[in-house]
Amino acid sequence: MIKIQGLHKSFGKLEVLRGINCNISEKEVVCVIGPSGSGKSTFLRCINLLEEVTAGSIYIDGVKINSKDTDINEIRKEVGMVFQQFNLFPHMNVLENITIAPKRIRKMHEIEANDLAYQLLEKVGLRDKASAYPEQLSGGQMQRVAIARAMAMRPKVMLFDEPTSALDPEMVKEVLDVMKQLAKDGMTMVVVTHEMGFAREMGDRVLFMDEGIIMEEGTPSEVFGQPKSTRTQDFLSKVL
Amino acid sequence: MIDFLDAIRFDMIWNYKELFIRGLWITLSLTAVGYVGGIILGLFLGIGKLSKIKWIYYPAKYYVDFFRGTPLLVQILLIHLAVIPSIFGHSLGYFVSGATALMLNCAAYNAEIIRAGIQSIEKGQMEAARSLGMPQGEAMRFIILPQAFRRMIPPLGNELIALLKDSSLVTVIAANDLLYAGKVVAGAYARFWEPYITVAILYLLLTWVFTKVIAYVEKRYSNSYIPSQRRRLFSFGRASAGG
Ligand SMILES: Nc1ncnc2c1ncn2[C@@H]1O[C@H](COP(=O)(O)OP(=O)(O)OP(=O)(O)O)[C@@H](O)[C@H]1O
Ligand SMILES: [Mg+2]
Repeated sequence: MIKIQGLHKSFGKLEVLRGINCNISEKEVVCVIGPSGSGKSTFLRCINLLEEVTAGSIYIDGVKINSKDTDINEIRKEVGMVFQQFNLFPHMNVLENITIAPKRIRKMHEIEANDLAYQLLEKVGLRDKASAYPEQLSGGQMQRVAIARAMAMRPKVMLFDEPTSALDPEMVKEVLDVMKQLAKDGMTMVVVTHEMGFAREMGDRVLFMDEGIIMEEGTPSEVFGQPKSTRTQDFLSKVL
Repeated sequence: MIDFLDAIRFDMIWNYKELFIRGLWITLSLTAVGYVGGIILGLFLGIGKLSKIKWIYYPAKYYVDFFRGTPLLVQILLIHLAVIPSIFGHSLGYFVSGATALMLNCAAYNAEIIRAGIQSIEKGQMEAARSLGMPQGEAMRFIILPQAFRRMIPPLGNELIALLKDSSLVTVIAANDLLYAGKVVAGAYARFWEPYITVAILYLLLTWVFTKVIAYVEKRYSNSYIPSQRRRLFSFGRASAGG
């Protein structure tokens, strides 16, 4: 479903991604782990073109997305993204946060969009917060709204960039639970995370990134159980 | 002191009251037209100054540099005596010239305020909007600007008051504004205290009212994004922040 070939990304002279090859199939949950600065966020941001790709190609459903002829906005409709800092729109209430994109971009009717929003809020357990404003919510609630907001575009794949890193420990679980439910519903997901428990439990595959390449990949039991490279062993010994 | 007060003749102001009322009206109209035009034009210039495209950025930048770098008085004379007659073959009257000059000048200052306001919104807001598939323009209109405008209220308010006072410069092209009324009375009676004190007090009154209004708007919008209860009183039907 997603095919990434020879992905390079540089910021000026700094080469952050140095040749990434990766295939992600439908309904797969891929967890990306690795030390800080290894390029995990940059990798995710390239998949929905928040960063301009320096070299290499990314295909989604056979369409090359980093070419001049493709409409970036069309691609992004299909790729949802959840950020570490939530990035909810503070001047809109929860319902408006979720419905603005379906209404403006998918040209969905207001009633239909609201229905969809309530369904999604039900899923993330926040139906009663529809008219609350982001500043009235806790971090965990904000992140769950952010997930619902991304889901409202009915994307083919969801990207998560450390969705629980900005949360107080007691709120991590409620967000992970929502993500687990998404995975069970068959969503294709790429998750950058420091939550090794989540990666172990939910990941179909784990990618270990280091210095701009995928150093090691495999099933969770392979990567966590018998890591091959010494870098992976080093990293895991520090975080586990 | 008593002599001085006795000598004050406010009856001469009273005799010219219509001139002052008309002056107030012209001053307010010039300020309103200049300000609204200045905000709309300033919005385009401000966004232009954020553009990565050179032929948008540089015209916006040079425009702002010119209008902030030259005196408003010079701009008024240039527009009234040179630019408009050259384009239309004759003058279009003091109001058109005055309002145009005030608008063009105000736009330059507003452009900087609007640019800074937009830049002050966290990058994540634009990224979140774009990641939902919103084109740049839509994201600007529905996500960035509604937030940025709240932060722009205090500096834009200062601009309004500055513009109100600066509008007195149009007197040089014989606009019948508030200051001009004072000048006429001064000329008629050859007395200066009464007319100019009256003019000063009227300007002070206007700026006082404006300050109150701005403080109210600021208080209402800048603390929180949650609509206050007061708003419901004035809004008919459902108020939607998203539009
Ligand atoms: N916009 C940018 N301009 C310049 N350098 C950048 C930019 N974004 C990221 N970098 C650099 O790229 C490298 C990789 O960053 P990235 O955010 O992808 O790492 P990461 O693996 O997500 O780290 P973390 O776990 O801390 O989030 C870092 O050295 C960072 O400083
Ligand atoms: Mg990161």
